[in-house]
Amino acid sequence: MKLVTAVIKPHQLDPVKDAVQALGVAGLTVSEVQGYGRQKGHTEVYRGAEYTVEFLPKIKVEVVTDELDVDKIVDAIVTAARTGKIGDGKVWVTPVDEVVRVRTGERGIDAL
Amino acid sequence: MPGIDSGHTAWILTSTAMVLLMTPGLALFYGGMTRSKGVLNMMMMCFGAIGVVSLLWVCYGFSIAFSEEAGGDSVGGWFGDLSAAGMRGLLEGGEPGGVPVLAFAAFQMVFAIITTALVAGAVADRARFASWLVFAVVWASVVYFPVAHWVWGASGWLGDGLGVLDFAGGTAVHVNAGAAALALALVLGRRIGWPRERVKPHNLPLVLLGAGLLWFGWFGFNAGSALAADGTAAVALVNTQVATAAAVLGWIGVEWIRYGRPTTLGAASGAIAGLVAITPACAFVEPLGAIAIGLVAGVLCALAVSLKFRLRYDDSLDVVGVHLVGGVVGSVLIGVLAVEVLAGERGLLYGGGPGLLGIQVLGVLAVAAYSFAMAWLIGTVIDRTMGFRVTPDAETEGVDIHEHAEVGYDFSSIGPTLVGAAAPAAAPAVAEAGTGDDRPAGVPDPERVAG
Repeated sequence: MKLVTAVIKPHQLDPVKDAVQALGVAGLTVSEVQGYGRQKGHTEVYRGAEYTVEFLPKIKVEVVTDELDVDKIVDAIVTAARTGKIGDGKVWVTPVDEVVRVRTGERGIDAL
Repeated sequence: MPGIDSGHTAWILTSTAMVLLMTPGLALFYGGMTRSKGVLNMMMMCFGAIGVVSLLWVCYGFSIAFSEEAGGDSVGGWFGDLSAAGMRGLLEGGEPGGVPVLAFAAFQMVFAIITTALVAGAVADRARFASWLVFAVVWASVVYFPVAHWVWGASGWLGDGLGVLDFAGGTAVHVNAGAAALALALVLGRRIGWPRERVKPHNLPLVLLGAGLLWFGWFGFNAGSALAADGTAAVALVNTQVATAAAVLGWIGVEWIRYGRPTTLGAASGAIAGLVAITPACAFVEPLGAIAIGLVAGVLCALAVSLKFRLRYDDSLDVVGVHLVGGVVGSVLIGVLAVEVLAGERGLLYGGGPGLLGIQVLGVLAVAAYSFAMAWLIGTVIDRTMGFRVTPDAETEGVDIHEHAEVGYDFSSIGPTLVGAAAPAAAPAVAEAGTGDDRPAGVPDPERVAG
């Protein structure tokens, strides 16, 4: 099993969610985060003073999935999240040792 | 009761309530501008001012400022005597102008309250609440009460002696508070990380709500100062409205040109700048003159708030940039725009000589210098004895937690939130160490609080 983590622009959440659902993924976790990549920050002037804005709001999407589906899901997320402009985000995959469904106690693939 | 004009009295009583509303309004205005971890402390300083100044006013404040209105005497035009201390004599007091003197005393009380509360804006995020209360008590007693006498007392040396015009408090309230704010900002010093670390308002809707309440209450502040429900009050009200409107546009105009975008913070601040500037002049100028005052105040104050970065003083909420500068603008412009039919003399623009202008400047300088010097002295003494500023740790973690053991916004669903208290994982280590030394007395132990 694998954990697919995607940090994307906030307004790309709907397309990503739709794309992932279309592949039959049963669930996902979404959190509001802040971050920057190579785009770093920019300066703005407010109330007569210059401020450096480093972090930008992003959304983190996490999906636990079977190894066989990982590539399809990663591709779907990347395609849905892409706007072509700087700050689109990143997707990465990490291994998962165990998954348990809380309600029934099912483990492994049955828990997905 | 014979001699009572119910219309005048009703208006004064109403104005009193409206002006009192300005202090909670100020709490919202200031509170929204601070960091979220300091919002409660900021509002608490305002509420604390309401508490102490109200009591002082009854005990001796009214007497020092206005003993003459209650049948007492002035001591050389510098301050009143204590014949009206405790306000006991006022129960059978007269009705000067058809208004019971007790109503007049109440009206002036809420002026004393808001003036004191205004100063708190300069020390946001870093002042000990106990020290603030001490400062409020001493400064109100030694500065506001006498200065009110200087400007508005029947024999006050500025108002009566020199002829300084200040209808509702541009000098007595705003220049006064602004100068004290500057002194305190310098005594307490810059916030940690300022100006490098950005401090933006954490809750702009609160700022705008506060500005709206201030704007509303200010009609009581300005038009109520007519002490009558009459044409003068009407003039004051109209001028207040148009000056403020002009100031909003003036401020955001500056932002638009300088920075490319108008901001809500600018609009709210512009409104306050206009209200401050028109305060001394509201019954002495014509509406077009009021618009001019508002525009000048809006523009100048918008530019003035950048000064603190240039001169490196942390006037956290721009009390200096708005109240001191705005108060000076309005008080001085009386000398230019006063209209004879209202003020009894003519400003420079209407063919009057520079005399009035000179007197206005003198009044401003006298109050500013005295207030600044005394605030500096009081603030320094407090700082050297009990300490005025919170510890660096307290400031970084948040003054709300350390001064009040409270959190302004508890939106987390993760149990009772004490932001800044030791996390459960770290709590055992603190208990083992046995000292809990970075937690000041009065902050609940997270081990006992957490659910």
